[in-house]
This record gives sequence, C-alpha cells and structure tokens, in this order.
Amino acid sequence: MATHFILNGKPKTVDVDPNMPLLWVIRDTLNMTGTKFGCGMAFCGACTVHIDGEATRSCITPISSVAGKKVTTIEGLSATDSHPVQRAWIEIDVPQCGYCQSGQIMTASALLAKTPHPTDAEITDAMSGNICRCGTYDRIRKAIHRAAELQAGGAKSASADEDNQLVASAMSLVSGGAE
Amino acid sequence: MSTLTNGLDRRNFLKTGLAGAAGLVVGFYLPSRKEVLAASRLDGAVAQPAVINAFVQVAPNEEITIVIGKSEMGQGVATSLPMLAAEELECDWRKVHVEFAPAAVVYFDPAFHMQGTGGSQSVASNWQPMREAGAKARLMLVAAAAQKWGVDASECHAENGAVVHAASKRRATYGSLAEAAAKIPQPQTVTLKDPSEFKVVGKPLKRLDTAIKTNGKAGFGIDVRQPGMVHSAVLRCPVFGGKVASFDATKAKAVPGVKDVFQISSGIAVVADNTWTAMQGRKALEVTWDEGPNANVSNETIFKGFADACEKPGVVSRKEGDAAAGLGGAAQKIEAVYTAPYQAHATMEPMNCVAHIQADRADVWAGTQFQTPSQNTAAKIAGIPPEKSFVHTTYLGGGFGRRGWTDFITDACEISKQMKAPAQVTWSREDDMQHDYYRPASYAKISAALGADGNPTAFTARIACDAILRWFYGEDAVKSGMDSSSVEGISDTPYDVPNILVDYHLVPGPVPMGFWRSVGASQNGFFLEGFMDELAVAAKKDPYEYRKALLSKKPRHLGVLNLAAEKAGWGTPAPKGHYRGIAVLEAFSTYVAEVAEISVDKDGVKVHKITVALDCGRVVNPNIIQQQAVSAVVFGLTQTLKGAITIDKGRVQQANFDSYDMLRMNEMPVVDVHIVSSTETPTGMGEPAVPPVAPAVCNAIFAATGKRIRHLPVAPEDLT
Repeated sequence: MATHFILNGKPKTVDVDPNMPLLWVIRDTLNMTGTKFGCGMAFCGACTVHIDGEATRSCITPISSVAGKKVTTIEGLSATDSHPVQRAWIEIDVPQCGYCQSGQIMTASALLAKTPHPTDAEITDAMSGNICRCGTYDRIRKAIHRAAELQAGGAKSASADEDNQLVASAMSLVSGGAE
Repeated sequence: MSTLTNGLDRRNFLKTGLAGAAGLVVGFYLPSRKEVLAASRLDGAVAQPAVINAFVQVAPNEEITIVIGKSEMGQGVATSLPMLAAEELECDWRKVHVEFAPAAVVYFDPAFHMQGTGGSQSVASNWQPMREAGAKARLMLVAAAAQKWGVDASECHAENGAVVHAASKRRATYGSLAEAAAKIPQPQTVTLKDPSEFKVVGKPLKRLDTAIKTNGKAGFGIDVRQPGMVHSAVLRCPVFGGKVASFDATKAKAVPGVKDVFQISSGIAVVADNTWTAMQGRKALEVTWDEGPNANVSNETIFKGFADACEKPGVVSRKEGDAAAGLGGAAQKIEAVYTAPYQAHATMEPMNCVAHIQADRADVWAGTQFQTPSQNTAAKIAGIPPEKSFVHTTYLGGGFGRRGWTDFITDACEISKQMKAPAQVTWSREDDMQHDYYRPASYAKISAALGADGNPTAFTARIACDAILRWFYGEDAVKSGMDSSSVEGISDTPYDVPNILVDYHLVPGPVPMGFWRSVGASQNGFFLEGFMDELAVAAKKDPYEYRKALLSKKPRHLGVLNLAAEKAGWGTPAPKGHYRGIAVLEAFSTYVAEVAEISVDKDGVKVHKITVALDCGRVVNPNIIQQQAVSAVVFGLTQTLKGAITIDKGRVQQANFDSYDMLRMNEMPVVDVHIVSSTETPTGMGEPAVPPVAPAVCNAIFAATGKRIRHLPVAPEDLT
C-alpha cells in the first residue's frame, strides 16, 4: 500500500506494508542510514526522528501513521552541518563511537525548537530517553547549552578561530609530576 | 618474589597461541595500492593518493591519509594513531584523514600477532610503529625533493606538509612530491624525534571523526549496502547449547517479502527484502528445539557450583610466603565472600555483518575488532585461501570486547553462500542481549590476617568462574586449569603483604564467556578493593591512609591514589549527607584511582561525583584520555548500579533495555578527571578506569550506611 509523506522537505511515496516501522522504511527501503536501529522498542532513542517537529521513536512508528506528515531525519537537519546543534556537537567534540548520536541530535534539536534556552533539568528530562553507552552525557548537556547560544545568534562560533577548531577547549587536565 | 605459576598470560598467549594456530595467519604481504584504496573510505574520497607506505598516503591536493590497523569503537584510535604518524611526518594536521586498513599482516598488532583491537593495546602497540611509518614517509618525501632539485637530502628539511631547501629557498609541497616519493626505496632505519620536540603528541586535539558522526554519514556495519543485497534475521535456540530439532517454514515463507528460510550453524535464517520483513518472517517460524543438557541451568546452580568448588584448594595463581600459617596465628582474621554477575556488552549497535561469498573471493563488511579471525572465518566458509578473503572494517557502534568474536560474521557468510548474493544479517536487541559472550559471573572467597598494627600479614583469595580463554581458544588453552583473565586484578594485588595465596577454580558452564571492557579486573577489582576497605575498617584506619601505607613500594599506584584523594578533598568534610569511598587499581599497565561521592536515601544510591586520577604514561591526547575516563566511569557505574544478566532454565532472562538498562543522563554524576604527567611509554585508556568505579561507590555506601556491598549490582535491600 502506498504511503505519501514529506521526507526532509520533499514529497515521498513508498509502497510497503502499512505496519512497517518508519525506521526500516528509511533505512532499508530508502537506504538512508543515518537513523539508527538500537532496540526496536523505544527504550534507547537511537532511531529518533522528527514527525511534524516532534521527536519520535521511528522504530515503533508504523509508516501508515506518518501519511501526510513531515518527517525529518538527521540527513535533513541541515545540508552543510550548519544546524546549531550540529555546530555545537562539533565544537564540543561530543561523539565517541557515534552510533547513538543521530538520535541524541534529533532529540536535542526538537527540544531547542520548543525550548530555546533549556535549563539543566529540562535537558535531563528531554534527553534521558536516549542511551549513550559511551557515556557522552556531559558533553551532550554542554553542547545543548552551546547550541542554545548559537541558535540565539548572540554567540560567536568558535569556528571563527581555526586553531580552536582543532584543539578541544578547557584542557588543563595534566597534573604535576615528571615533566 | 612474586611467582605467577601456570599463569598463561592472555597477551603472551595471544602472541604465541594465535600465531601458532593453524589457518590464522596469512602470508606476509604489503597490500597493493588498489587494496588499500578499497579499504573503508567513509569520510569522503581523496583524489588519487600516492601510497608512500602501508600507513601513509599523500594526494596531489595535499590531503594526507593515515591508514590504521585498529578499529574505531569510540575509544579514539582514529585520532590518536594518526597523531603518532603525523608527529613524524611533519604534515599539516588539518589535511589528515583516516582510513581503516584491509586485513593484512603488515597491520598485525605486534603484541597480538594478529590484526585486532583490544586489551587497551592500541596506543601502546602503535607508539613506535606509527611514528616510524610517519618518519619513513617523511624521509621518502625529502628524498624525492632532493632528487628533483639535484641536492643532497641532508640539505633539506620537512615542515608543515612541505620539503624546504633553505640554501636555495626552494619549497615543494608533499602533494607535488607524492608520486615521486612513492617510488623511493623504503628506508630501513629512522631516528625518531626526542619528546621535547613533539608538536602533535600531547596536544588535546579534537577527534577526526566528529563531523561525520553529527550528520549521519559515518558508516557503521549496519549501514553497509551492496548491490543486490538481501537482509536477514536468525532465530537461535534460547537455551545455550540447544539445537534445532525440526522446523516448519511454511508460515514464515508466506510473509510477503520473505525470500528464503533455511538452517545455518547458529539457527534458522530468514532472508527477506528488508530487515523488518526478515524479523516478521522469523516470528512466524514454527520450531521445535532440542534444548540439550543445559535446560535446567540457573543462576542458583551456577553459583552453587562456584561455592562448592571453593571448599577445596584450586590451581595456584600466586604464592608468596605461607598464607595458611599467617592466617592460623592471626590476632584478627577477616573473611568475606564476594560475587559479580554476568554482564552483557550491550553495544548500541547490535551485532550485524554484510558478507558476499563468491566462488573465488569473499568480502566481509563489518564493525569488527578482530580482522584476522574475520578474514579466516570468511575464507573457511567460502573454501578459499585467506588471501582471497577481504575484510572491510567500518566504524563500530561500540565494541567493549563483543566485536572480537566472529559469530555474526559466520551468520552473514553462511547466508550469503546459500543465497549466492551479498547478505546482511542484523541481530535484534534481544538476539544481542541473549546471545552474547558475557563477562563471567564470578565468586571470590577472600581472607586476611591483621597484625597488631592492623596491617595485613596474610592474604588469600580463591576465585571460581568459567574461563574466557576456554571459550576463545578452546580447552587446550586452559588445560593447566589456570585462566589468567579470571584472576587478573586480584592475583596481582599490589599491597605489601608478606604471605599471599591466590588460587583458582575453573568451573566450566554453558553460558558463553567473553572479554568485557577491563575483563577480569572488572570483577576482581571490586573484590580486592572492597575487601581492602573492610581491612581498613577492621584496623580502624582511614581507607586512603591504610592503602597509602601498604603501597609505599608502588610509586605509580601511590601517585594516582594521592592525586585522587587530593583532588576529591579526601579528609575534608563532604557536603551534608554525602559520603566518600576510594579505590585504586592497575589494569593493562595503566594506573587509576577513583573517589566516589554519594548519598543514600529512600530512592537508593545517588552518585554525585567521581574523581578520577590516572597514569597512562606519556599523554598522547588528553582530550581523548579524558573522554575515555568519563566513558569508563559510566560503564563502571552501569555495572554497579543497574542490571545484571541472570540465567534461568538455561537461558538469559533479560531481553532489552527495559530489563537490562544502561546509565542515563539523569543518573550522570560529575566526573572530574586528572592525569599524572609522565615520561613513561604510553599505555591504554580503553578499559583501566572501569574497575575502580564499583569498589569506590560501594566503599562510599559503607561510609554512608555501614552496609558492606559484596554482590553486584547494588540492590535496594542491601542498603538497609
């Protein structure tokens, strides 16, 4: 059965089982692999996309339920990695293995769209459904605050300074000792 | 003197055992340019690079590609290893790209004698060879420039991606020299820089793989797409050791989109147009299992087996002095039993693989930690020599030891062979959690005698668990009855005690065992450092001061212990209602001490802060070391406070993150990392910050409640 929806700003039609989860339509039918499979039960958040702007777990969302709706995946967040959340993620050097990060970024960007200056508690509330087994939670929190600044436009991007792009910030970790 | 009897050291075993094992080693050859270029290029193509050596390629547009033999699973090797080569190459860091090597002997880990990533070995093993590869490539670029200008190479020097002849003020970029440099004979020897000249090593450089991990472009194994590829899922017997008795595929084959259903060595494969359809087909399978001899195995029977074994002496791992006599005449004797449960790896990316088995060639695309066994697995299934088997390593969505196995590679190869097409197998989260190679459940019976001054005069530890080496290499690897990975972290206790006896009971069971981030130290560190805290309490001494006195001959342990205590404010009042605990451990030649600051209320334990002090030798990249320390703390807190894998009726009771949850943002403490400055050879940071977490937290729980936690994970009933 054909389902029509808007994917990353463009009309899309797929002819698949109406019960097929959006996740697998995106990944296997459309071969857009930025959205990840983590648990299939909405426990981990790796598959998060936006449906009409709402952060949604695509692994439990039947394709039939997105008919006529706007779906945004990580590939549609920006064409040039320029979304404030992506810029902040790069500036703070958030990812490690990186597998959960599409989902983290989609959840964070949905939060910032509704709550331009989230408090720590609001960040914790929004993000605790997304597991990161590498434990990048601290940098995710920092990056969301930074993205809020970038989104407001008041803050100068660190990328203006090329050296800052290469070197991580606030590194005074090495203590005393032999040298 | 310490004697490690029968101690088949895991890394020594990897050296000799793997190299000696039939079929695991392919002939020595340098991969051809075509093969190197065919390696997983996942961050965008570079124009026509010249291959200077197996590790360095230079393109006309000045882009430098560093090929690494290690797998990137979050631990940062895709940045730290290129840094080593770049240090000597004198290139522009902004032009550096990274590429994962094909399976080839030139990329073998010198410590493992195979190509693979594990044992917190990557930086330690590559410290010398990657710098040499960079230096040799630089010499070839300089020689090419000298040849071009008709001058002596000694008159030229390299700087920032170019060769300069100062006398004539001539300058040629690496890109312009690359093709000529590739034709220069490989230098046999090089002189490496003095560390005082380092420009790259030691800098907190950002990771090279960040941008592609923020836009969905980083290619993981699960993202591989090949022309004509089919998708598949496998149904496995839920009972370990069970087999398919019979199955009826009629209903599965009736699911629209299911292409085929057949038995493979691990179960029944359902092949379909897409992953979801394969999983739907799998649900429709009707199978009768032969559950085999393990259908009544449970946690109770397993731990009873451990306890029963510990009634008798085991195989001696370490013996110094006469511990029995020391305990016999003790003024004060302390005894305790500690246990740790099975743990799953729970990588965020479930196991998966794409394989294409053809008559004369095999290709495997996978997030694998062990390329050589992957190459050999595919070759064996294809019935071809390993030289015709090609491994394309992708990014890994977590590894933690799980991706050192080849079960998911076997699945894809067998399915591809049957389908005569490229095949992807994708494990569900349930498959992944219920068919892992688990961190061993383990049992420790520990005792110590304290002298009049409160210091231990004798220490004994008897460990019972199944052996990882038995599962990885087979029974021959453990025929002595000893498994070094089962006792590491306690047999090597650094404390100054005159009489020590550590022995081991290998209790074989049906639950598969595997390497899990920090391996034996992940449980033995908890046993040892929890017990040391008990001794400090019995001696009526401060747990930090007690350890400090017993580590006076261990400067690197002492260095991190003192630093952690100082930075955590040990000895100063904690915030109201907060309590501290401390632990120190060496693992994989890296030293880590941690102080946990916690509170306990009706909702349980809240961890407020973990202070980490670590000594991993010379710092290659403090940014990545800090990331890995925090990551290890999260991993350690998850095993301390969250779930356990338990067995009933021969099967795993947990299935997904609802029953086996991970630490989440709402439980994240402040993690404060401090690195000891050192000129020692670098050691790894993949694992060593995991083991101190559980004892530091549990020792803090004792400080808060007077309740001693001897069994992980911490249960609410243990707190009151």
